[in-house]
Amino acid sequence: MSIDVVLCVPSCDGPIRKAFEVTGVTPAVASTGRLNEVAALEPADGFSGAVINASAFPFTEAMNLCRQLRARERGAGPIILLVDHYQLDDLTFREDLFDDFVVGPFDVSELATRLRHRLRRAGNETVAPRIEHGGLSMNLETYQASISGRVMDLTYMEYELLRFLATNPNRVFTRETLLSRVWGYEYYGGARTVDVHVRRLRAKLGEENANLIQTVRSVGYKFGTNAERVSD
Amino acid sequence: MGGMQSQAQYVLRTVEERGVRFVQLWFTDVLGRHKAFHVTPAELEDALDQGMTFDGSAIDGFSRTQESDVLARPDLTTFQLLPWYEEGAGVARVFCDINNIDGSPFEGCPRQQLRHVLDDAHRQGYNFFVAPEIEYFYFEDLDPARPPRPIDHGSFFDLLPDDVGSQLRRHTVLTLEEMGIGVEHAQHEDAPGQHEIDLRYTDALTMADTVMSVRHVVKELARQYGVSASFMPKPLAHVPGSGMHTHLSLWRDDHNAFIGDGRYGLSDIAMKFIAGLVHHAPEITAVTNQWVNSYKRLVPGDEAPVGAGWARYDANALVRVPSVKPGRIDSTRIEYRSPDTAANPYLAFAVILAAGLRGVAGDYELPGEGERTAPLPESLAQALELMEDSKLLHETLGAHLVEWFLRNKRAEWDDYRVQVTAFELERYLPLL
Repeated sequence: MSIDVVLCVPSCDGPIRKAFEVTGVTPAVASTGRLNEVAALEPADGFSGAVINASAFPFTEAMNLCRQLRARERGAGPIILLVDHYQLDDLTFREDLFDDFVVGPFDVSELATRLRHRLRRAGNETVAPRIEHGGLSMNLETYQASISGRVMDLTYMEYELLRFLATNPNRVFTRETLLSRVWGYEYYGGARTVDVHVRRLRAKLGEENANLIQTVRSVGYKFGTNAERVSD
Repeated sequence: MGGMQSQAQYVLRTVEERGVRFVQLWFTDVLGRHKAFHVTPAELEDALDQGMTFDGSAIDGFSRTQESDVLARPDLTTFQLLPWYEEGAGVARVFCDINNIDGSPFEGCPRQQLRHVLDDAHRQGYNFFVAPEIEYFYFEDLDPARPPRPIDHGSFFDLLPDDVGSQLRRHTVLTLEEMGIGVEHAQHEDAPGQHEIDLRYTDALTMADTVMSVRHVVKELARQYGVSASFMPKPLAHVPGSGMHTHLSLWRDDHNAFIGDGRYGLSDIAMKFIAGLVHHAPEITAVTNQWVNSYKRLVPGDEAPVGAGWARYDANALVRVPSVKPGRIDSTRIEYRSPDTAANPYLAFAVILAAGLRGVAGDYELPGEGERTAPLPESLAQALELMEDSKLLHETLGAHLVEWFLRNKRAEWDDYRVQVTAFELERYLPLL
């Protein structure tokens, strides 16, 4: 039976050390969030998980480490984030970067329970919700979209419009529906604004993918790859 | 959905994910000059949350006399990565509105002046769409000590392959498309080194932002190719200058309000709108053509308008009614041809819309086709006189902005007036 080695950043003392002892896993302590320091500590069969204490070193550094661990091909097992109460707001829209979190002051048995729980569940890897359609790929947690492997630089409304259309493929929406569902508020251009944004999205999708968004004459737009008459 | 909070999150998250190193907060002064703050991602959250305070007097055109602090507030809907920076060292831009410290709109902020005029139109049920044609020159450099040399002009020092201008224009169009700026078409213009980019219509506020972006992209990419771009209205004597013919349409309840069964398929509203433009054209020219040099373009014989009037085909007309392709009736529009690309697009679109709407609200009668109702001003000085007496401009732009504009522009005219030009020396020195 292999021993679970769990990455612990930036230190492992007090209640955190105790929790590791109670759980029976070995901490590998990296004092910074630098990936090369972390990698040097990694056992041959990889980390089983990571405990990152974001209240003990710069928050952005902690988030960057999480992101880098997530981006690695081999992963690092479940990530448990330790935070101060005031940092909770900063976790909004970063939920994909960690699997669990504990708010300080840290309680040994809570920490140990979560650690055990997460390690047990590991293997059932969670995957970020994605939309894949033709060459289009949208990661709904990171707000990033790419087309044929090329990252798209979208404004917020372009992203929201594309997300809405792509989550409802092959359904025809009128301009008015799109305006109220996607924009949700009064906008200067009225429904023509939708046309303008569709054009901009088509430009960003590139010529070969522009027909992902199809004009349905005198009705509106639909998203889909099945070839049909495309106008405008 | 459209909440401020999720927009801010989208922006902050994208900055993280894409490795953006700097965010440029863009805004314009009264003369339409492009200004920017550069903030790091660490500062961005505060800037989005509270805005950036700066001394308004530090920027020409912003409350120079009042010495008061103002606040730049990013408009999150305009957040956009700039495609010519490297991946991983990205730079993004976001347009800002300028507010007073108490949060009220700063009256010297052109972007909010336009917004104000658009809101007025909106209350009357109208949405205003514009599509400008942007003309400009590529020159070898911008050394003011000698006349500029167009890059595709065969000359002694022609180091560049002939078609670098076309390559550059293509690259520019592709970059604009990557930024979501729709280009209708682009072409080489009449004069050597002169190019034209015709933009697809958007609402006027987006388009004013777009014009600022286009000017920036054109200049930036020219710099990367080792040449220079200029939007100066008339950089070379004896060749046509650079204009910004602007196509206009008014929409009501998502129908093109210019479509009708009148002459040339125009509605009553369209005809009154044209009448308003023709009637008020002389007084708004100071805004649409704001430089001493602008009036060297508005001369007879260069397909530039010199008088107020309208026509269907005449290339010298101030207002034209372009023909509409069969089946494309929604593209019914009118074209206003005096503005130049060096105008402040926010103020130019604001006064053009205000002039047209006066015609609609006041039931102006359309003059006969081809009839010249008044001359356009022949100089900046004349234009300023008309501006000073213009009720329309005072009501549209506000007293603060008009006064500042007049003061600034009179100083420019005075500087110009005392020059002894090459023309005078050549003509008079040997003779008199």
